[in-house]
Amino acid sequence: MSSSPPSVGAPPDTAGTAAAGRGLLLPVLVLLAALLASIVLAIGLGSAVVPPADTTRYLWAALTGGTIPADELTRYQIIWQVRTPRVLLAATVGAGLSVVGVAVQALVRNALADPFVLGVSSGASVGAVAVTVFGVFSSFGIHALSAGAFAGALGAAALVYAASLSRAGLTPLRLVLTGVALAYGFQAVMSVLVYLVPDGEATHTVLFWTFGGFGAATWGSLPLVAAIVVLGTLALHRFARSLDAMALGDETAASLGVDLAAVRRALFVLTALMTGAMVAVSGAIGFVGLVMPHLVRILVGARHARVLVLAPLLGAVFVVWADLVARTLAAPRELPLGVVTALVGVPVFVTLMRRHGYLFGGR
Amino acid sequence: MADSPPRPAPAPARLRLDGLHVAIDGRSLVRDLSLEAGAGRVTGLVGPNGSGKSTALRCVYRALAPTRGAVRLDDRDLLALPRRESARSVAALTQENGSELDFTAREIVALGRTPHLRGNQAPGARERELCRRAMADLDVLHLADRGVLTLSGGERQRVLAARALVQEPAVLVLDEPTNHLDIRHQIRLLSLLRRTGTTVLVVLHDLNLAAAACDRIGVLADGTLVAAGTPREVLTPELVRDVFGVDATVVPHPLTGDPQLLYSLEHPPEGRP
Repeated sequence: MSSSPPSVGAPPDTAGTAAAGRGLLLPVLVLLAALLASIVLAIGLGSAVVPPADTTRYLWAALTGGTIPADELTRYQIIWQVRTPRVLLAATVGAGLSVVGVAVQALVRNALADPFVLGVSSGASVGAVAVTVFGVFSSFGIHALSAGAFAGALGAAALVYAASLSRAGLTPLRLVLTGVALAYGFQAVMSVLVYLVPDGEATHTVLFWTFGGFGAATWGSLPLVAAIVVLGTLALHRFARSLDAMALGDETAASLGVDLAAVRRALFVLTALMTGAMVAVSGAIGFVGLVMPHLVRILVGARHARVLVLAPLLGAVFVVWADLVARTLAAPRELPLGVVTALVGVPVFVTLMRRHGYLFGGR
Repeated sequence: MADSPPRPAPAPARLRLDGLHVAIDGRSLVRDLSLEAGAGRVTGLVGPNGSGKSTALRCVYRALAPTRGAVRLDDRDLLALPRRESARSVAALTQENGSELDFTAREIVALGRTPHLRGNQAPGARERELCRRAMADLDVLHLADRGVLTLSGGERQRVLAARALVQEPAVLVLDEPTNHLDIRHQIRLLSLLRRTGTTVLVVLHDLNLAAAACDRIGVLADGTLVAAGTPREVLTPELVRDVFGVDATVVPHPLTGDPQLLYSLEHPPEGRP
């Protein structure tokens, strides 16, 4: 029975714990650099290839109000008006889906959860289809579809919230069951709309929102979603330690002073807002929000203080490249983004999972 | 403690359950339970399955709000405190033995500092030393960098116990802490509880271990406290028969004098299932 009297000269244990803080800086810098390089490259690449040097020059000119020679104006327009907002939107949504995936998996305590498990995306589809079919939100002009999708997403979230609320607050299993059940309901509503109104445009809208993509990206659609994703991500960081504690179980988290009801409520509102804003501009892009959280945990461990920082960066890089592949591989046609994320992501994920002996929720 | 940590551990506090009553869906799980755990003493709670032991403990570590009644630390009303603040005074080892994510053992233990750290503030040198010492006390230092999902149930239980110690509570609440532990680690944990000087309220199933570990024992049956006192006062053949439905021979431990119960499978209690 060693009562282990505290030895005065014992070497302070610096190995693992110090690495927690220090180990974050390098991957963050690497990923930031990778993201910047990916963005510049992806802006330059496409049906008309613009070398990175020219791309940088155009971007610089656009940002500083410099001048562009008349014969390069078309290329400049493509770079600045078409590709830049698209690539930036891809980065934003990639980051947002990944960080929301982390939060939702903790919220419903389920490794299979993704940002769309709470019915938000199917609600958004209903909203968008309603816009196409009934012309609601026409006062929003070209943003009517996005406005309808956002309203549908938030409406769906509110329904899921109200339906799953019990005396114990939001409980993980009830949330995920309600979300999945209501998602079926929304899909049914959407199918009825499309079926009753045989209109090519409605079908097209449904397809877009089901597979997702950045084909509709404009400068106008970017600021709101970017602001929501950035602020939402910062807000989620505040819950990092609570999320760690919640992974040990509700009882243990409560004994550590975590106000479970309040944390779950905040997580639900944040993730619903972020998901709704993203779905409104890019549809439901699958796979990213499910797999990026796991991928990051495989690479840096489970602590949310790290995962919530690295997941958005890695997700942004991944989706920028996935979008590049989607629009160049079969050019001039575009592949659905969800197809690319899955085709590229699945082999990478399975390989990493097998190599690292990844465990989630027990063996 | 031989060395002088920068901040002293909080003085143990007297824990008092005052008319604690828990009813869920019209069923009373705990009925007007009043019980005191003396400052720095080890108080045991025993009783058959479903007698309300865990429910009572859950009120103390605030996983459950009682229907009525109070939990007092010295003279403070624990349930009126902000959750973080009460978690700085009361730590719990619950029956939850798993983890959803594959944290390392060291990371789990450090989570014990949650109520003491602001936001994402990183643990400092003193906190790391606390963690190291708790892991050494529970014989899990060699597991520090292992993923908890690769550990055995007993190893994980010891890691979680270290996490509770690191919380530096004035009161330590443990719900069947010897679950999954081999006999060596059961004894090691209980003797550690006796040495910490913290106020301990512990639910135990093994009456002999309870007799050895506890200064006082409360006995719950059907949500009601039916006996309380020193092990010698409480653990009588009559009470064991009444409450647990088991015939036991009670003998004093030859070294310590603690009452120890002997059971016989050959002579089951008559007329009982």
